[in-house]
Amino acid sequence: MTVRRVADVTVGEKLGPKTIPVRRDTLRAYAAASGDDNPIHQNEDFARQVGLPDVIAHGMWTMGATGTLVTEWAGDPGRIVAYGTRFTNMVVVPRTGSEIVVAGEVTDMDPGAGTATVAVTATAGGRDVLGRCTAVVRLG
Amino acid sequence: MSTPRMAAMAVNPDFVGRTYPPSGPYVVDADAIAAFAAAVGATDPVHTDAKAARAAGYPDVIAPPTMAVTIEQRCSRAYVGDPEAGIDYSRVVHGEQRFTHHRPITAGDHITGTTTVDGIRQAGAHAMVDVRTELVDAEGKAVCTAVSTIVIRGGE
Repeated sequence: MTVRRVADVTVGEKLGPKTIPVRRDTLRAYAAASGDDNPIHQNEDFARQVGLPDVIAHGMWTMGATGTLVTEWAGDPGRIVAYGTRFTNMVVVPRTGSEIVVAGEVTDMDPGAGTATVAVTATAGGRDVLGRCTAVVRLG
Repeated sequence: MSTPRMAAMAVNPDFVGRTYPPSGPYVVDADAIAAFAAAVGATDPVHTDAKAARAAGYPDVIAPPTMAVTIEQRCSRAYVGDPEAGIDYSRVVHGEQRFTHHRPITAGDHITGTTTVDGIRQAGAHAMVDVRTELVDAEGKAVCTAVSTIVIRGGE
């Protein structure tokens, strides 16, 4: 992929929106790959027993999947120098699956450091699932 | 009888500033990176193809930015599982996560992590704890600073 360069970026530039499907097998794969095998992310009976509406996605799956919006824009995942978020709502994943919609906007540029700050939103069912989500990208 | 306030107060405030001994090393392998990338939908070939990674300037395939959490959580278990810390893990919710990447985590890395409890505060019935883990490579050079805010819910 081509690395995004400082000269190609302006404050206010939009990223996305991008729709990312999430199914039960997505969560099984994330559990296996991350080592987070909490049953609330896989077993709907267990999830309901602890008061959840259904299986919910790992917050870190949501953060990771949302991050692809920025890494694809940057053109090199190794150029994400900072990435942070709050987890504000859960992503409920019924047996039929669900999706998140992610979008971003360049809110700041530091020409000296050659970095851009991207503010990111992620929603599921119309509700924000990430809060104050930002990434800093080292541009080419 | 346990009230919400009492449940949250069980988190031991004396742990602020405590640093645990280094944990690891954890060896990062290419298959684990590929599996993690697939699970979050990260399709850039730098995660799966060593040739593509070298073309981008890396010695081998690199991890997606959030994969650092898998090592961070193994390191911070020393704190979260410390009986003296007073954390009821069944009440823990992930409130916030931040990464500062000094360089990408790369296949072949031997990563060691040192966990420090940066802050403990009450927010209503809940306790919120900032847990920072500094990840370094085999030469002791900084790779990633990972900070999790965990929320220990009060109440029944």
